[in-house]
Amino acid sequence: MGYHFDFTPVILGFPDLLRGCAGTLGLAAGGMVIAIAIGICGVILRRSRVALLRWPVIAFIELIRNTPFLVQIYFIFFALPFIGMRLNPTFTALIALGINGGAYAIEIIRGGVDSIHKGQVDAGLALGLRRVQVFWLVVLIPALRAVYPSLTSQFILLTLTTSIASAISAYELTAVAGVIESNSFRSFEVYGTVTVLYLAMSSLLMVLFRRIAARHLAYPTK
Amino acid sequence: MVAMGGPQFTFLLRGLGWTLGLSVMAFVLGIVSGLAVALARTSGWRPLARLAAGYIAVFQGTPLLMQLFVVYYGLALAGLALEAWQAVAIGFTLYASAFLGEIWRGSIDAIPRGQTDAARALGLHYVPRMKDVILPQALRISLPATVGFLVQLLKGTSLAAIVGFTELTRAGSIIANQIFEPLLVFGIVGGLYFAVCWPLSLYGARLERRLAVASR
Repeated sequence: MGYHFDFTPVILGFPDLLRGCAGTLGLAAGGMVIAIAIGICGVILRRSRVALLRWPVIAFIELIRNTPFLVQIYFIFFALPFIGMRLNPTFTALIALGINGGAYAIEIIRGGVDSIHKGQVDAGLALGLRRVQVFWLVVLIPALRAVYPSLTSQFILLTLTTSIASAISAYELTAVAGVIESNSFRSFEVYGTVTVLYLAMSSLLMVLFRRIAARHLAYPTK
Repeated sequence: MVAMGGPQFTFLLRGLGWTLGLSVMAFVLGIVSGLAVALARTSGWRPLARLAAGYIAVFQGTPLLMQLFVVYYGLALAGLALEAWQAVAIGFTLYASAFLGEIWRGSIDAIPRGQTDAARALGLHYVPRMKDVILPQALRISLPATVGFLVQLLKGTSLAAIVGFTELTRAGSIIANQIFEPLLVFGIVGGLYFAVCWPLSLYGARLERRLAVASR
């Protein structure tokens, strides 16, 4: 076995890899913001008494959760120009991540909203809060607190999913690694290092989210 | 100019065949190795349990795509001249073993401690205790999550397309480039994945409801 490991391209490209990490985290964070927005709107429609509002949401959830993200991102990549939106790959990836994460976020947030006791809503109304205030203050915010752990693990999953966005050459870590790899042919060294970087990011996020929960969400309700 | 027709659809179906074959292979091999991971994780012997926990953490904390790349190029470095499908199958098997290992670890831990104590009191050693007492109960609890993982694995095999293996997604890319109708082709490809994954998801959800009723 005469293979000599050569990490020179990795070391030379390390600043680029770190920028790639920032790109990855940015994509994941942006995608998560869209996902939570879709999640909240989706839950409102999903719990509507009108079937015509309910079933498109159910269809959306099932469709997204039962097809691969790679196919979704390809589809969106080709569909956006079709409806007149010419975006760069990174924005396309952001939208795809938001839509994909949104389907999961609806189900997560729904679980939280379902866990809010009906009596809370009645109490809120009895106190003279408007319906919007009741939904926002009494239902949604406690619901989001209740599902905080699921939402954070969804965020970490989304961070790992961003690597697939390299397929449409969005700016993130895997794509940066691909450039270094194709210039140096040190595939194993490059992808091995990048794997460690992903592991570091997901571990740091996990610790960070746990710290935030311990500091701000430790007591039952405000 | 070619249009979407019989030959194109047949090509996609052959891709679907590879997707299914790859998924089943990784799932079956993953069940065997995942059981080993779960047993190591719950063995109670510190170094072994730590090792299994680390193995699971690495696979759960990194993107599947990177795992495939590292296995793919790593095997080549190790001097193993494997065909693309073999390298990819090994990658997915390792991935499946970590996730199934963690699912079953959870199920084994969910079995009340009294079961182990009672089995011990009856003089059952590790193998019969696991085989006849703990695992049959754990298996029942783990079934919904296991089916859920099978769906995740099926979707995950699409990443083999990026490594250059012609399963359903890559077959779709090839046809899309050939007939210049990416929306139509990826719509069909998505539909094929959905046709396989959705029934499995529904089955998993039904198992979960049944389990919830049984344990009430």
